[in-house]
This record gives sequence, structure tokens and C-alpha cells, in this order.
Amino acid sequence: MDAHRDASPGASATSAARPVLEAPDIARVLTRIAHEIVERAKGADDVVLLGIPTRGVFLARRLADKLQEITGGAIAVGSLDITMYRDDLRLRPARALARTEIPGGGIDGRLVILVDDVLFSGRTIRAALDALNDIGRPRAVQLAVLVDRGHRELPIRADYVGKNLPTSLRETVKVQLTEEDGRDSVLLGMRATAPAAGQ
Amino acid sequence: MKRHLISAADLTRDDAVLILDTAEEMARVADRPIKKLPTLRGRTVVNLFFEDSTRTRISFEAAAKRLSADVINFSAKGSSVSKGESLKDTALTLEAMGADAVVIRHHASGAPYRLANSGWIDGAVVNAGDGTHEHPTQALLDAFTMRRRLVGRDAGLGKDLSGRRITVVGDVLHSRVARSNVHLLNTLGAEVTLVAPPTLVPVGVETWPCEVSYDLDAVLPKSDAVMMLRVQRERMNAAFFPTEREYSRRYGLDGDRMARMPEHAIVMHPGPMNRGMEITAEVADSDRCTAVEQVANGVSTRMAVLYLLLGGSEPAVTTPRTEESN
Repeated sequence: MDAHRDASPGASATSAARPVLEAPDIARVLTRIAHEIVERAKGADDVVLLGIPTRGVFLARRLADKLQEITGGAIAVGSLDITMYRDDLRLRPARALARTEIPGGGIDGRLVILVDDVLFSGRTIRAALDALNDIGRPRAVQLAVLVDRGHRELPIRADYVGKNLPTSLRETVKVQLTEEDGRDSVLLGMRATAPAAGQ
Repeated sequence: MKRHLISAADLTRDDAVLILDTAEEMARVADRPIKKLPTLRGRTVVNLFFEDSTRTRISFEAAAKRLSADVINFSAKGSSVSKGESLKDTALTLEAMGADAVVIRHHASGAPYRLANSGWIDGAVVNAGDGTHEHPTQALLDAFTMRRRLVGRDAGLGKDLSGRRITVVGDVLHSRVARSNVHLLNTLGAEVTLVAPPTLVPVGVETWPCEVSYDLDAVLPKSDAVMMLRVQRERMNAAFFPTEREYSRRYGLDGDRMARMPEHAIVMHPGPMNRGMEITAEVADSDRCTAVEQVANGVSTRMAVLYLLLGGSEPAVTTPRTEESN
């Protein structure tokens, strides 16, 4: 995920990008993930959804709404900023922080489901696991992503995947969500220049 | 942001707001069971203190440790400095030890500037108070406290202090806190009024971006925050006012005066307080006095400064505003 963002294309590249998921697809995919969560967690009583800023937070809130519809109970939802746990902090100027909001019940003994938009190198999730470690001890941690674009650099996999999207490193994946970008879509584009090695 | 933090005047509005926003997130770490972040692991922060200071030094120390930096405390007393070592040689020693940042407090105005611009050290220099010049992190934590109290914790994010009226009362002449606050608050859009006896107003104050008044009672009803400065007896080598009793009658804040402030207005004090002199115990112990809160906010604010200076390959970039946090 990091790398797709780090190399997020300029306006010219975005214009050439083609949508691989549109608004109805994203809604359908989230509904399916919500059902999978309920099935695997045998209900969703102890689930805590933690979105990774920026877009993971919106996805987590949407998932929580769907889970609420399915189970009828309230779902704990929050956000987990991983900036200060990143492994590439020294490669770029100091970054602004985003909000970490842990729901009132905490995460101890709960099933934490991390929610992010794109799973790429896996380094963001590695950082998220470190961050969780400082906040509490969940019963288990799972991962839900809207898009898995491959190219993992760490032994990390998602438990719930909206869409598996095989990509080349020259391609970019851009998730747009209404809350942030004014529309829902997943765009597949081409990088303007050759990718930098690693992150 | 610049590479060093020497003067509050070096900060743009966006820099200052970024520091305050970052401090707000850092403050949330203090509410967790594990109050530590791995961000500055392997970095070394030297606290170089040529002048006595307890709260500023331990505040910087706590801030650096919460970010996992290694902290070396170097105080002039009982060190090579008392044997006559120059600032340059001290700096070269610290550089040889691999200091990534030097937090310096010095009795001479301009010492941090000299350290930052001399080429003696590569690390970032943070001014923790130099003579009667500046104390920028104090101004930042004051602004942070004001924004929290007057605008709101979450409502304040991304906002400055525009339109707020801040009154700074007391020994402005000797106060680096006042000087830094005037610059920073002006940058953040606040209107600052200095209130002091004419003898304690510095020469050249007319070039500062603020108003000056000699009448505290006239200013209090139009203040959103009143900052009481300590009367610095250790710097008083001349008769600046006839008696302490007269000073405290005209420029001290007591319960009656506090009652004349607007209901939402807060009383601030950078500490240490002289109870009975510039502030009465009644005011110091009231809910409206933020002195203790300022200490807690100091750690968060200094964490933000250290993180933004040392947390990346270079200090945080504020202009143009990017989607950095994405």
C-alpha cells in the first residue's frame, strides 16, 4: 500500500487510469466481506474494526454499518495511525500524523480486524501490528482489504479480500472513496516513470 | 520547517499549526498504557543546559524518551564547562559523540543561533531558552494550551488563534517567554497586548507586533487569555519598581481582578510561580489557571517538535500542503 501511495500518479497518469471497480462493485464487495466476518467470527460480538488512515478508516466505518445491519448489534470501530511505526520514516521528510482512535472498550481480548484500502508490500500492516502491540493484546488480529495487488515484501496475507488484482510494478492502484475523493472507484493506471526499487 | 528551532519568528503559520496538530496526536499517546513510540529509536538527543532549569530539561527528556531517543544530559555545573571549556569545544565533543539533536539552554542570548550556524555540529539545534531572547517551545506549548481551551481539542485541529486576544503581564523586559509568545501568537493571528510597568518594557517594543498598556484593569475585560510572567528576581540588578507590594497591587492577578475577565478566559503561567507576587494562591489554584496543564502540554509539544525535526530524512515540509499523511 505504501508504495502505491508514494508513487501516486500525477494528474496526467490518473486521467489514463481505467476503473476496475465502480461504486456498486465496492458496495457489493463490502457486503460480502461483512458476511464473511460474521460467518468466521460466529457473530461479530467481540469484533473491533480499526481502519488505517486515510481511506481504511472510511472502509472500516462502512463495514461497521453493514455488520450492524446483519447482526443488529453495535460494532466497535476506530482508526489506527501507523505513521510513527513505519520502517521508511528516514527515507522522506517527517510526515504529518493522522488520528488513532481506539473504541471505548479497548482491544484486549477482542478480535481486531484491520481495514485498509490496498494491500501491496505488506509493510503498512507490519507497522500496524507493531502499533497494536503498544495499545493492547487482542484475542486475534485479522486483515480486511478492498484490493490485494500482490508484490508482498513480508510474510503477510489478508483474511478478507474485496478483489484480487494481479498487477505489475509499473502499474498504480488508486482507491477513491466518496468521503475523501467525492466518488467511489478503484483505478488501475500506469506509472509515469520507472518504479523506485522497493519502497 | 527549518532545520533548527531557534526563534518562534522562524515558524510560518503552517509550521506552527502542524506542530500544534502533531502535539495533539502526541497528547493522546499519554493516555495509553504504553506511553512510548519507537519513532526516534537510535537517535541521540543531547540536553545541553548552561543555566539552571528543572521543568524544561525534564520536559525535553520525557519527550525524547517517549519517542525512544537516547538522551544525554549535559549540564554546565560539574562539567568541563566549569573548567573553562568554550561553547565550540563542547559542541565539537557532542558532535563526536553523534548527537542528532542538541537542545540548548544558555544564559547568553544568541548562543543557540551560534551553535546552529557555526558548522560545529550537524544535528538539529532546539533553543530551550537563551538569555532574555527566546524560548520557542514554551510559546508553542502556550499556544497549544490556548487552542485547546479556547477553540477545542478536536475543533482546534488545523486552526490557528485568529481573533483571540491574549494579554501578557509582567516582567516583559527579562522574559524570553514573552518575546517568543508575541512572535508566535502574531503568526497564529492572535492580538497580543503586553502589560507591564514602563521600566519593565523593553526598548524597541514599538517594532514588535503587539500593543503595550500600563493599565491591567483596563485590558482584563477584553482578554481571552491572561499570561502572568514571573518577576525574575535573579535578573533584577536595578530598581525596576519601588516595592514588591506595589508591583503586586498594580500588576498582580488576584481573585477580584480575575472576576473582571470574561467567563471563558483562562489564566496562564509559564512557571515557576511566585505566589503572592504576580499571582495570588486563589488564582493559581482556580480551575481557570492552566499552569499544571501547561506542564503536561509541554511534553506533547516537545515530542511534536522533536518528531517533526528528526522523524524523517529532513524536517517536515509544510508548503505546499501535500497529502503527506496518506
